[in-house]
Amino acid sequence: MAEILQTSVLSKTFGGLAAVSDVDICVNDGEIHCLIGPNGAGKSTLFKLIIGMYQPTSGSIAFRGENVTARQPYERVKRGMSIKMQTPSVFKELPVRQNIHIALQHHVARTELAREEDRLLALLELSNDAAKAAGALSHGQQQWLEIGMALALKPTLMLMDEPTAGMSPEETFRTGELIQRLNTSGMTVLVVEHDMTFVRQIAQRVTVMHFGAVFARGSIGEILSDPRVAEIYLGKTHAK
Amino acid sequence: MLRLVNGSQTVGNGWPFWLCFVIVLASALVYPVFADPYDVGNFAYFLIWVFMALGLCLMWGYCGMLSFGQTFFFGIAGYSYGVLAINFGGGSMTVVALVLAVLLAGVSAVVLGYFMIWGRVGGVFFGIVTLSATLVLAFFLGQTAGPEWRIGEARLNGFNGMKGMEPLNIPWFGGESLYFEGASLYYLAIGLIVIVYLALRMLLNSRFGNVIVAIREDPQRAELLGYDVRKYQLITFVIGSSLAGLSGVLYTSWGQFITPSSIGLPAAAMPIVWVAFSGRGDITATLLGSFLILVAFQTITVHSQQAALILMGGMLLATVMIAPQGFVIGIARLIGRPFRGRRATSTKT
Repeated sequence: MAEILQTSVLSKTFGGLAAVSDVDICVNDGEIHCLIGPNGAGKSTLFKLIIGMYQPTSGSIAFRGENVTARQPYERVKRGMSIKMQTPSVFKELPVRQNIHIALQHHVARTELAREEDRLLALLELSNDAAKAAGALSHGQQQWLEIGMALALKPTLMLMDEPTAGMSPEETFRTGELIQRLNTSGMTVLVVEHDMTFVRQIAQRVTVMHFGAVFARGSIGEILSDPRVAEIYLGKTHAK
Repeated sequence: MLRLVNGSQTVGNGWPFWLCFVIVLASALVYPVFADPYDVGNFAYFLIWVFMALGLCLMWGYCGMLSFGQTFFFGIAGYSYGVLAINFGGGSMTVVALVLAVLLAGVSAVVLGYFMIWGRVGGVFFGIVTLSATLVLAFFLGQTAGPEWRIGEARLNGFNGMKGMEPLNIPWFGGESLYFEGASLYYLAIGLIVIVYLALRMLLNSRFGNVIVAIREDPQRAELLGYDVRKYQLITFVIGSSLAGLSGVLYTSWGQFITPSSIGLPAAAMPIVWVAFSGRGDITATLLGSFLILVAFQTITVHSQQAALILMGGMLLATVMIAPQGFVIGIARLIGRPFRGRRATSTKT
């Protein structure tokens, strides 16, 4: 399977703190790859390095074979990356439909815009709330709206930072199903997640981070049976 | 293209709005026929400032950039018009001077905007930097009283200001020149306002308008949707500042003088008050509100300039405390509420 994303000895320090340290991660084209680790392991910082919100202190990032380390976030998005942030990042004062419209308008022909908006709103189960201000949606709905905005860009690599944070178990399960559907249609997904039930539902490969570095990697089965991982993060009950 | 004059970024989209627009425009066009020429000249003066307010509304209300630099670009263009008109020798070259002066304001906006926006100057610091530039220009021009401060034939004249430039004029029938003064300046201002207003509505309801509103709401999310936020901010800044430049040229042409006091701190604060009071979220509110404030300000200034300035300060405070979205927008919503309620009821039944 070809690599779509590759980081090489990627590091980021803030003052004397090494938030990400010599991280080599490889994400294959078409897989669902989960990034797990305890709080402060550097997962969200790594995401921000990948999308370009932070510039690395050292190391490089290759996306679809191109070195994008010096590229601005919008340039990486234009090359096929898309991100759903940890906390819902939507245009809260604007109507839900306009949020989707802004995300879609440069990726869909003008004549197709309204139909595509309707399709995405239906997919996100937000059709009845299309005229509401995005800030008036529930937390879970805002999470879904943001996922919809990220999907509107038709990315080849979707980065999702804790996509189910604040969601009910049912919403979490449905989000997992959505991610699997997207993956089936060819989208590569890189997910940061704490909820191990959710990780089990979707993950094909898992990378564990600890103190800013890669601690372990493998299939979900391998990770769950690794006693070192259980020790630092999962808790012994999960390892059984 | 024309369909863009209506859209979600601008208040007033149905036929009742456009009927009102036509009635107001028709009334404005016939006003000089019935009014005293002195009043027509005054109205032309009020209309001249509206471009500056519309430019600030675009930058601040739609793109989230609070600029204190409107009078900076007003001054750049006003002084440029004076220098060019004097050196070109007047006549129809004043029109060339107008175009070049507005372009110079636009180029200044590109330079200042580039350093601010690419330097990631945002939020309150955007206001501080633009205010600093404005004060530097005002102080600089204030110390140009000496005879060495001349550009060609044009003396800058320090605090006394530059004078002696011809008003805008074009060749007219019978070998005469049409000078844009009084009623003709009034009609020129009305024509330009209609063009600028409709062009802004089309811009705001276009894809570009959607993006700048997104930048106002959350610049990071806008960038993560693939938009080069800096480019959109710079274009918006240049358009808004060039509109201030247009006000500067028309003002200089109107009075045939310009002084540093039209650039300094009290002048720089005025557009902020007009736009905040009117409602920075909509260009129609800004257009209407700014004009009404200018009329009120002038009327009070006749009796006491201090009282007028205190009133402006009071209006800004009242806006912040009572109607942060602006009084014109607030009143419009208040008037529209019963109709919206009725529509909602009829939809339910």
